[in-house]
Amino acid sequence: MSDEGTDQTRRQLLAITTGLGLAGTAVASIPFVLSMQPSARARALGAPVEVDISKLEAGQRLVVEWRGKPVWIVNRTRKMLDTLPGMARKLVDPSSDASEQPSYATNEWRSIKPEILILVGICTHLGCSPLAKFVEGAASGLGEDWPGGFFCPCHGSFFDLAGRVYKGVPAPSNLVVPPHAYLSDTRIIVGVSPDGVEKNRKA
Amino acid sequence: MRKLIDWIDARIPLIKVWEEHLAKYYAPKNFNFWYYFGSLAILVLVIQILTGIFLTMHYKPDSKLAFASVEYIMRDVPWGWLIRYMHVTGASLFFVAVYLHMFRAFLYGSHRQPRELVWLIGMVIYVALMAEGFTGYLLPWGNMSYWGAQVIISLFDAVPWVGPPVAEWIRGDFVVSDATLNRFFSFHVIAVPLVLVGLVYLHIVALHKVGSNNPDGIEIKRHKDKNGVPLDGIPFHPYYSVKDMVGVTVFMMVFVAIMFFAPELGGWFLEHDNFVPANSLQTPPEIKPLWYFTPYYSILRANTVNFFWISAKLWGVFFMGLSIVLFFFLPWLDRSPVKSIRYRGWMYKTALTIFVISFIILGYVGVKPPEGIYKTLAQICTILYFAFFFLMPWYTKYDRTKPEPDRVT
Repeated sequence: MSDEGTDQTRRQLLAITTGLGLAGTAVASIPFVLSMQPSARARALGAPVEVDISKLEAGQRLVVEWRGKPVWIVNRTRKMLDTLPGMARKLVDPSSDASEQPSYATNEWRSIKPEILILVGICTHLGCSPLAKFVEGAASGLGEDWPGGFFCPCHGSFFDLAGRVYKGVPAPSNLVVPPHAYLSDTRIIVGVSPDGVEKNRKA
Repeated sequence: MRKLIDWIDARIPLIKVWEEHLAKYYAPKNFNFWYYFGSLAILVLVIQILTGIFLTMHYKPDSKLAFASVEYIMRDVPWGWLIRYMHVTGASLFFVAVYLHMFRAFLYGSHRQPRELVWLIGMVIYVALMAEGFTGYLLPWGNMSYWGAQVIISLFDAVPWVGPPVAEWIRGDFVVSDATLNRFFSFHVIAVPLVLVGLVYLHIVALHKVGSNNPDGIEIKRHKDKNGVPLDGIPFHPYYSVKDMVGVTVFMMVFVAIMFFAPELGGWFLEHDNFVPANSLQTPPEIKPLWYFTPYYSILRANTVNFFWISAKLWGVFFMGLSIVLFFFLPWLDRSPVKSIRYRGWMYKTALTIFVISFIILGYVGVKPPEGIYKTLAQICTILYFAFFFLMPWYTKYDRTKPEPDRVT
């Protein structure tokens, strides 16, 4: 292109018009891009769930639904917690490096408060819902040395009392800990992190 | 008749276009078998659009109705089964044609200067085609559709910070749901096909500007007669239009044989787990994509170690992305003085053979569980796959080439 004989002022005007036109187009694209976000209905269905745990006795489990999935809240006894440190050699991922949980639940208990365990009750293998087998020993039907935990009847995966998966079973990783926070000592909200921001991410 | 044509030609450039792109488009006279697949890809595109239009008349993009509407097409709609199987067979054979079409470039250097843009536009077509295949696969709302989409979209989750919101934005929900199905339908039937048709047009316009390459990898425009016609060129029509008809005939024989006798092709064209409706609480035993994505799926799963503080999963996503992006750089990675494999030395021939074998093995292990021998094979072949691209500037440069002929042979 040659600049010879062109009126530079008009050229400038042309450039400004083009620039403004592009900016306008960019702004006009915003509603289209944002329209693809989860709709109000999807958000309402995926809203966090508040749970009152004041009546949850030690050794008991509560099941609530969050985003169409069962969520377990287990109040672990001292004795149940004591089984956890000794499990390491039986587990695939004892420190939960390759499993899904929020950073504040990436610890030895996989929970904020050691006794209160919150898990998505979906097997990481094929999505069956495992059974709670808190009774230890032969009475559980899972052998003399069963320390208590969860058992998935579909394909035989075992999990300990922190939802960590055993070696040699089909499930690849530990049960998922959903984002959750304490509203008070006895009220839990499932689906939101304490800072309100963090979402679950695989390590 | 003559008057009618004159009347039209005075209003749109009918004869000019006819001559420029068909009757006076001079293509090298030595095209061989590998030159069928461009026109065959266009043929399949037309088949997919036509069958797609008729499937859309009966299909319902609603998570409660989708699976049943596909079965309705199969059982109750007159000839619906034929139209659907045509669409299914066409989808896979589209990728067969495109993979062979791309392989032709590896053989004869068709992506090299001055045809870089033809190649780049072609690569964008390939990526758009993958998007078309991926969105289309969710529509039957079978269990493999559902979990395949779930797995692939959640790949974005592996990307720090931006990943999870982007995955949510793509799904339009927290899990793959009705919202996802509805928008994938929109992408599959209008957005991506529109882009595809536009890109195919550009691909041909760019090709006809620079002229076709040929199995000798030399420029026929260097030797022209006194009328400016390349001495080694023949008009596309009627010479190659007739040749392509032969290709179409043979291709359609294969097409209808699959369509009538083995539309599922043993689970390769239609996966068995997809005959079960989508179930968000029950994952299929093995989640695997359709065959045309399995090489990349293998690369995705090949890396199992965390290094440089980045998770194995994120590395997998990175390698998978890279494995496709590298194709775009091919015209500049290749430093050989010759284009065609006919005049290249043993290094390129060996590298290409290893690459093709690796690609096929990656495709095969992609449908197998990532354990034992399959995992090892996937890892070895992933390394070979990348070595083909990363070492290309050296082995093409130092390879002992033969002199190119002056005229096509």
